Amino acid sequence: MAEALILEPKDYATDQEVRWCPGCGDYSILKAVHRALADTGADPANTVFVSGIGCSSRLPYYVETYGFHTIHGRAPAIATGVKLANPQLDVWVITGDGDGLSIGGNHLLHALRRNVNLNILLFNNEIYGLTKGQYSPTSRPGTRSPTSPGGSFDTPVIPGVFAIGAGATFIARAVDIDQKGLPQILAAGHAHEGTAFIEILQNCIVYNEDVWESVSSKKTAADSQVVCVHGQPLLYGKDLKKGLRLNTKSLTLEAVTIGEDGVTKDQILVHDETSTAMAHLLLGMRAPLPMAMGIIHRRPGEAFDSIYRKRKPEGRRQRVKALLRSSNVLDRRPAANS
Amino acid sequence: MRLLWICKKSTVKPSALTYYAALPSVCKAMNTQELWQKTSHVVRFAGDSGDGIQLQGAQFTQASALTGHDLATFPDFPAEIRAPAGTRFGVSAFQIQFGGDRITTPGDAPDVLVAFNPAALIVNLSQLTPGALVIVDESAFNEQRLKRAELASNPLSDGTLSDFQVCAIDIAALTLESVKPFGLGAKDSGRCKNFWALGLILWMFDQPREPTAQWIRRRFSREPSLVDANLAALNAGHAYGETAELGAVLAQHPIPSAPLESVEYRTITGAEALALGLVAAGELADIEMMFCSYPITPASSLLHQLTGLEDAGVTTFQAEDEIAAVCSAIGASYAGKLGLTSSSGPGVALKTEALGLAVAAELPLVLVNSQRAGPSTGMPTKTEQSDLYQAVYGRNADTPIPVVASRSPGDCFDTAIEAVRIALQHMTPVIMLTDGYIANASELWPLPDIDQYASISTTRPDPLMDKDTKVFARDPATEARLWATPGDPNHIYRVGGIEKDYNTGNISYDAANHQRMTDMRSRKLANVAKFIPKQRIEQGSAHGLAVVAWGSTYGAVFQAVKEMLREGFDVGQIHLRHLNPLPSNLGALLSRFNQVLVPELNAGQLATVLRDRLVLPVIQHNQVNGQPFAVADLKAVIRAHATRSMKETSHG
Repeated sequence: MAEALILEPKDYATDQEVRWCPGCGDYSILKAVHRALADTGADPANTVFVSGIGCSSRLPYYVETYGFHTIHGRAPAIATGVKLANPQLDVWVITGDGDGLSIGGNHLLHALRRNVNLNILLFNNEIYGLTKGQYSPTSRPGTRSPTSPGGSFDTPVIPGVFAIGAGATFIARAVDIDQKGLPQILAAGHAHEGTAFIEILQNCIVYNEDVWESVSSKKTAADSQVVCVHGQPLLYGKDLKKGLRLNTKSLTLEAVTIGEDGVTKDQILVHDETSTAMAHLLLGMRAPLPMAMGIIHRRPGEAFDSIYRKRKPEGRRQRVKALLRSSNVLDRRPAANS
Repeated sequence: MRLLWICKKSTVKPSALTYYAALPSVCKAMNTQELWQKTSHVVRFAGDSGDGIQLQGAQFTQASALTGHDLATFPDFPAEIRAPAGTRFGVSAFQIQFGGDRITTPGDAPDVLVAFNPAALIVNLSQLTPGALVIVDESAFNEQRLKRAELASNPLSDGTLSDFQVCAIDIAALTLESVKPFGLGAKDSGRCKNFWALGLILWMFDQPREPTAQWIRRRFSREPSLVDANLAALNAGHAYGETAELGAVLAQHPIPSAPLESVEYRTITGAEALALGLVAAGELADIEMMFCSYPITPASSLLHQLTGLEDAGVTTFQAEDEIAAVCSAIGASYAGKLGLTSSSGPGVALKTEALGLAVAAELPLVLVNSQRAGPSTGMPTKTEQSDLYQAVYGRNADTPIPVVASRSPGDCFDTAIEAVRIALQHMTPVIMLTDGYIANASELWPLPDIDQYASISTTRPDPLMDKDTKVFARDPATEARLWATPGDPNHIYRVGGIEKDYNTGNISYDAANHQRMTDMRSRKLANVAKFIPKQRIEQGSAHGLAVVAWGSTYGAVFQAVKEMLREGFDVGQIHLRHLNPLPSNLGALLSRFNQVLVPELNAGQLATVLRDRLVLPVIQHNQVNGQPFAVADLKAVIRAHATRSMKETSHG
């Protein structure tokens, strides 16, 4: 075994000039990726970043590991091939809301249900950036864009709800600028056996600026985010007086304040990251409820690629020869006739 | 056709009491000496798609091969898995030509038809040889089944069969009788009738029952009563032939064995040979492979064949769709296993964008297209050669991809090896064309000795020698880049579908670089021609009429040209394995002929490619009825264009 590598985040940067718009959330995500790679001691030779098409998908060119920038929507399929061909590799998928949930929704679904050991980072900015600002499958109803000048009217998909529906075993959510939390979540995803699905709320400064403002802004974050920690009550707000309570009649979550209307702390739901039912509720929350952040769902499951971890076949030529004779053989050689 | 002899039940002397009730009610013979003097025969089995017709055919094929006959088969079945019983569209058939000559086609016209119901009889009647023997299960010719087959009267008695020898046997009753001791239900008992009929036909051509018996024991090893019943049915059919004394119509016709070379043979289908060829190629290249596919008719059999061969160096992955299949194969190639994928035309259309990625990223990949009749869903179980345009021209941008095609079931082995060789040596995706006919048909195949095959070179970096070689440093002869793969600390690189710098592989929008890359990709394809054999003439003359074909028409064209040569025509056969690029000498070779005839199972696609690449006038002959060429039809076309060679040679 090679010795554990000790590399700094900067060692994972390439010599290529980063070409996102100034102020793009992708810069901070790239920084967190470099940090997570350093923190996990990633071996560049055994790490592969696979991406589809879109602003997010340029990221592999900026990471000093193996990288494959592929075609629109297909990154999970290509990454599955990479991982099955060589299960020893650490394989990361970089995708966006359009790439992963529109043109490539099918592949994302199947990667998740198969539980291939991939780390899938879905940059969600609720807009098509690279094609100049059309509304995306995660755009909120009413989003005005070149293709929806009167406001979009289709119902958006919630990435995490899609993932839990597909059978994902690891679902997390983080904000692009969270340089403390995001690398930790990336590292946790990396450690997870199976598909880690990480939705990153990313700010497109040109076409959908501040779409996550209420979640990411320091002023409002405390009231608009609930950070999920396994075994801890789901509390939020500046002084952690707000919390989530399960309405057992409607099986929905409701926001309550401890001390108001007779609410006590023991009525607050305690986060169980292994519960798929709880994950459904948490992932589906929308304002005025807070947004669930952190590791929302994590449960053990066998990774699909584990059955592909076979040693190199031995005695292969003999096996091939045997296969050639795997049917009745008519022997017309002279010796056989004598 | 003269009708010589009709035997009614009452006029036939029963040889054994047990057969009395079951003697044919209609039994008609005629002067058929000529028919039975042939050294090869064509037999067609036909019934409902649930009657086990394909199994019956496959077993007869094995027995025939072990008798030393050369053979070619043609399974011809509907798309429906269990089509409504007794309907014309639900008829499943299996045709085999076997015998003592070199056999390259399943035959134009059956000499023997075994039909399990009126529909199976009626849809096959027009193709039969005059005076052919028709064996039918009489029990199926009742009012209800006749109606199902849209027949107003019973063809056994209304004169429909006056041109044929007819043997109507109550196969259902005889089968039931033979399996009675084993206590099966009516359904299971009825299912044994294919083995009963097989037993009879094996007797007729004096072929061994043992391979079938072995198969039955293996197949039903968990259900001993089914082993006993099926064996009993097989033996009863055989005994019927021996004892029923229907000499004039149902006689034994042993056939001489073929003049085979002194090697070992087996029967093989195209799907089997293709799977074995891919596996052998992996071994010859010392690489592992990953076969990623999505089920589609008629390509699925390849996925079935390759599943479970991990110890032969292949892993398989059933992807969620055609696109994911090719993409995961490309991912595998990026990661160091050779990615293989397969489909049929409509699925290949879906894979097309990803093929462009493989070209741009310069990754090896083999895509097998088992062509079927189209467009769109077309006729999935019927054969056609109409994806040549798709393979050669069918991509956005200037995206050259080498194309090879197999000519016969056994030839899939060598063609698959060739496809893998080109992919690895030239670092390019390769399209291999086969078709539904080749995939399912079988032939007698000399067992290859893989120790005699040349190893396949790859551009994998040598850990020591190539430590400092750049990933995009190119081999001067092929322009292939290094096949560097993750895990290698010396060649960490990024690549993608965005145009890349010729030297570094980094993103480049530079105008001159794109020109250079496009030129390089064109040369890369052209370079393949330097590494493929010169085109040779398969048989016949090097002037006069050239019959140029590709793919599964080989057998029919071979037979047609052979017979026309025997008749003294000045004709030569040229059969192409390499379709893109074409062999470098093809233009010069064809220019020596007076005329070039291109018979194809499409509307003229190779004809276009030849006109395009060689600027050559060609005569087209096109057929798109879902069926292989009939030899007789090809002969007629050749006759229309060829001249007698005597004239030619006297001038020369």
